[in-house]
Amino acid sequence: MARITREEVERIADLARLTLSAEEAQALTHDLDTMLEYVQALDGLDTQNVEPTAHPLPVATALRPDRARPSLAPEEAVGNAPEREGSAFTVPKVIEGVES
Amino acid sequence: MSALQEVMERYEVVIGLEVHSQLRTDSKLFCGCAVRYGDPPNHHTCPVCLALPGALPVLNERAVSLGVRAALATHCSVQPQSIFARKNYFYPDLPKGYQISQFEEPLSTGGWLEIPMPDEAAADAVRRIGITRIHMEEDAGKSIHDDSVAGGDGSQVDLNRAGVPLLEIVSEPDLRSPEEAGAYLRTLRQILRYIEVSDADMEKGHFRCDANVSLRLHGALDLGTRTELKNLNSFRFVEAAIAAEIERQAEVLDGGGAIQQATLLWDRTSGQTRVMRLKENSDDYRYFPEPDLIPVNIDPQAVHDIRAELPELPDQKRERFVREHGLSEYDAGLLTGSRSLADFFEASTAAYGKAKPIANWLLRDVLHALNEREAEIDEVALVPETLVALLRMVDAGRVTPKSARELIPELVARGGDVEALVRERGVEAVSDAGILETAVAEVLADNADAVARFRSGEDKMLNFLMGQVMRRTSGKASPAAVRDILAAKLGG
Repeated sequence: MARITREEVERIADLARLTLSAEEAQALTHDLDTMLEYVQALDGLDTQNVEPTAHPLPVATALRPDRARPSLAPEEAVGNAPEREGSAFTVPKVIEGVES
Repeated sequence: MSALQEVMERYEVVIGLEVHSQLRTDSKLFCGCAVRYGDPPNHHTCPVCLALPGALPVLNERAVSLGVRAALATHCSVQPQSIFARKNYFYPDLPKGYQISQFEEPLSTGGWLEIPMPDEAAADAVRRIGITRIHMEEDAGKSIHDDSVAGGDGSQVDLNRAGVPLLEIVSEPDLRSPEEAGAYLRTLRQILRYIEVSDADMEKGHFRCDANVSLRLHGALDLGTRTELKNLNSFRFVEAAIAAEIERQAEVLDGGGAIQQATLLWDRTSGQTRVMRLKENSDDYRYFPEPDLIPVNIDPQAVHDIRAELPELPDQKRERFVREHGLSEYDAGLLTGSRSLADFFEASTAAYGKAKPIANWLLRDVLHALNEREAEIDEVALVPETLVALLRMVDAGRVTPKSARELIPELVARGGDVEALVRERGVEAVSDAGILETAVAEVLADNADAVARFRSGEDKMLNFLMGQVMRRTSGKASPAAVRDILAAKLGG
């Protein structure tokens, strides 16, 4: 055990905005530890000269020409919103401050 | 000595800037929605930028090539392979719950740019500021916090901006004062506009800046704890906010306290910074490679081609203006302030045949008229042909320099035919010999004393007599013609 601590699980849950009961936190700590143990098998290999993989496919990305095409009608874009004002979504008030 | 100067005597200020600049593309970074500013909410959205389930991003080719162009213009190395990553955080204007950005393998790394040194006597003194990295990322949407939204309890979310392509340009902590931070931003913005990578329009939020600020004792090797100032959206705010934060940190340190790492917001009304949140570290964003996007390979040949197409940069243009047109460093710096002004200068000079008069008229009268209108030269009606036509009329003695200067604001605003405007305003110079001879004769008769003094060797009285003739002709007399007639009469 102790590849991952209960504290770390709670921290990650907090960042992911998940509320865990004590039992869930306990069970997840155990499950994640088991997974990490499984992956740990890789530690036995010499990966010194192996490039890290960002994607399993040995291909380069496809690119799209920079051409604007029609968007959804605003009515359609906000059609599923639980709350809206005109064509804007509305959400519970958020405090000032922006991420970028 | 100001409070800030006093602090900077005792502490070394260390500033690094992160700039987000919007790329000049027609469509968003990962979908075909149009990039448009100022439209009603959610008029440019689709399943990709709304984060509807199953939608997949496809990278915009032009965004990549503009990113490479910015990297080359700032001496960065373009990575042969770069990787997109998910930056996870929660905010209503971020529909996916993560921003597609780059983390471990950015587009480019390790460049620099040179900023003018504000306090140096030498006009060409520069300081080199390192650029850590330039990477691509998508913008978030916009939250509108208005008291009218949902009876004051809600915020509106507009996703027109969500997915718009940005470059994040991160400087090394090489800046040492608020002024240097301002100079860096102005230089960077000028470069991005020259190479047509970004309009960098601050009012439209195309060019935003976060500043990392810390203090340490002069000579200390370790950096002090830094704070991050968010979303400084004008050059003036950047400098004011950094100055306020330097003073705040000095006060904490002087009192024996420690700086707490935090993200701060600048409140322009109070002129103070305040804590927005205690800083997460990058682990908290749980970056991981974006599984929906394959690594971007950038072919060395493509980099080579983009480098070959790179237009002349501001520094190169300034040096060439000094070399080719014999301008001072200072004048050349002003004329290359924007690419459009530099182009205007070159087109006018080519048509007129001489650079210096064009430079003088542009720097003195045209720039003044542009500043009054807060406009760039390519946003107004004046064209090089018009300026040259006006100068030719001045050279021919058909308009006095004074009248010509007075016409500049009009020509800047409305352009049009110089000949017609001169007639309309009735400012055509009087060079009719009969009228001028009469005026000169009257002036000489009325100013016998001045004439006598001139004859006894007081050369400066000639200017006085010239002035009198100009007055008598309401400033419309051609100075060259008046001088000739006066010289002839007095010499006789």
